[in-house]
Amino acid sequence: MAGSFVLRRVATAVLSIVSAMTLLFCLTAFIPGDPASVLLGPQASAEFSRQFITEMGLDKPLYERVLFFFANVATGNLGVDVITGRPVSTIVLDVLPNTIALALASVLIAVTVGLPLGIFAATHRGSRSDAVLAVASIVFVSMPSFILGIVFLVVFSVWLDWLPILGTGTGWLDQLQRLILPAFVLSLGYIGLLARLLRTSLIEVLGENYIRTSRAFGISNWRITYTYALRNALLPTLATLGIIVGRLLGGAVLIEILFARKGLGSTLYDAIVSRNFPVIQGVVFVVVVIFVLVQLAVELSYSLVDPRIRAGRQER
Amino acid sequence: MVHDTEPTAIVAARSMPPRPRLHETANARGLTVAGSVAGVLRQIASRPGGFIGLTIVTLILFCAALAPHIATQDPNALDIMHRFAPPSADHLFGTDQLGRDLFSRQVHGTRVAMGVALSAILIGLSLGIVLGVAGAYTTPAIERTITILFDAVSSFPSIILALALVAVVGPSLPMVVLVVALTLVPQFGRVTLAQTLSVINAPFIEAEQIIGASKPRIVFFHVIPNVLAPVVVLAAMEIPVVIALEASLSFLGLGIQPPLASWGSLLQDGYQNLSKGYAPAIIACLVLAIATLGFTLCGEALRDAIDPRSRRA
Repeated sequence: MAGSFVLRRVATAVLSIVSAMTLLFCLTAFIPGDPASVLLGPQASAEFSRQFITEMGLDKPLYERVLFFFANVATGNLGVDVITGRPVSTIVLDVLPNTIALALASVLIAVTVGLPLGIFAATHRGSRSDAVLAVASIVFVSMPSFILGIVFLVVFSVWLDWLPILGTGTGWLDQLQRLILPAFVLSLGYIGLLARLLRTSLIEVLGENYIRTSRAFGISNWRITYTYALRNALLPTLATLGIIVGRLLGGAVLIEILFARKGLGSTLYDAIVSRNFPVIQGVVFVVVVIFVLVQLAVELSYSLVDPRIRAGRQER
Repeated sequence: MVHDTEPTAIVAARSMPPRPRLHETANARGLTVAGSVAGVLRQIASRPGGFIGLTIVTLILFCAALAPHIATQDPNALDIMHRFAPPSADHLFGTDQLGRDLFSRQVHGTRVAMGVALSAILIGLSLGIVLGVAGAYTTPAIERTITILFDAVSSFPSIILALALVAVVGPSLPMVVLVVALTLVPQFGRVTLAQTLSVINAPFIEAEQIIGASKPRIVFFHVIPNVLAPVVVLAAMEIPVVIALEASLSFLGLGIQPPLASWGSLLQDGYQNLSKGYAPAIIACLVLAIATLGFTLCGEALRDAIDPRSRRA
């Protein structure tokens, strides 16, 4: 029973990845415009663009290109960088740890700061600090993260001239130091989001009958909030973590570029600017795989916590 | 007015207080379009967050609609002699690296931002509704195909999909609108699909079928109006996301192309020239932050007004 659920979810995830890449191939084929002239620039000679088209396999039918791509992926081959000649898989593996570190650090900050704030706001509902938190969280939730990035960059590197914050750094201490600010910038919006979500669901759970019954039994407030209510209130918040990590990956693109960090986002941007098509394709594929796998992991862990979902009896 | 012909009914009606006219009842229940819009706006404005949001949104829409009249100068007029001028009475926000008036560029950027956001949402919304209703009304095989399509699009973080497409087809205004619209389709489509499936089996739809209403009539007059409310709320909530997405693309130089002013490209200009003064970058940041905040507040107030269940907390 549980096994078949996991299998079904994994199959859906694989199908999503395959159809996503197929869709991307289709879109680039059907959208009017000549990829060769976009990628090579208007000055490219006709002969060179013909050669490019054959090399990239752009003259082959669509399905053949899609099959070719997945056949290569199956053998771990993501293509070759047209400028440096390095395999795309090596390039991606080089920068991947930086992006994962940035995303993980942001999620960690968002969870460790956002959840306690949410609990505080729910247990101090209607107080002045609750109102301040509500205003602060909506301001940070609505603000695009690259705006915060620019503000922080100006304040810390231009005005205050604090710790080295640009670049990825060398050595673990230096790397950690340079990770703090971008991770914090990226997490600010999600701190607000998590706090708001947890506040709403905790207030809802605290109004349930079983909580009132526990109160009638004389169980301490602390125990009711943290052992009885919180466990149920955390579930909807957990469910959004998958979406959060996905949006983090997207936001990381801009933050990496702003803070001059080596990562998937900045690699993608450099590849787009230098019209390095195989690198674009490879990085996008890896991002999609990570995104889908994270959502799968969250969904599976969620069903582990809440058996109702595994049984397929969702009440929604 | 309905005319009763049975005497007993007339007598009964006379003994009761006067029946409200049909349009009055409709208004009271918020059934006419104008009446319900006014009611929803009143509800949005009645809460502090909604009021602030509505004020900001009204100002932005006003700027966008009347951009040429509000802008003090031609947004593209070069004045190299006065480049990097600080904010003054002549140039409210100062000038940029080419001496163009930044206030006028921001005002015209509002028009671009609103144009992109509203048209992208309209396209995404229409496609989502068509696919969602089609998925609910046709064979399970087509429904599955449409769901897989939605899954495929939402397997990309939206900025990654946008970047990947722009990389291949080149940046331009229509391209940005289409790419942003595409990232929105699955969200609208999924909500429409779920709503349609729940409406389809409602008793009143069955009653319509028994009366002999045609399928298109049922879809357009009964299904879609009942599906619309949550989709419209979603659309309102997506506006700040779309504004941020367009600004991100333009900030990277992969969205709106110069000389057209957009909030993202103005921020990019200011950021590139930070050493010449902070004002342009700070103003561009503030404009974007206030705009996204205003639309977020408005969207949440709209959701609370239309779906009272979300108001509890």
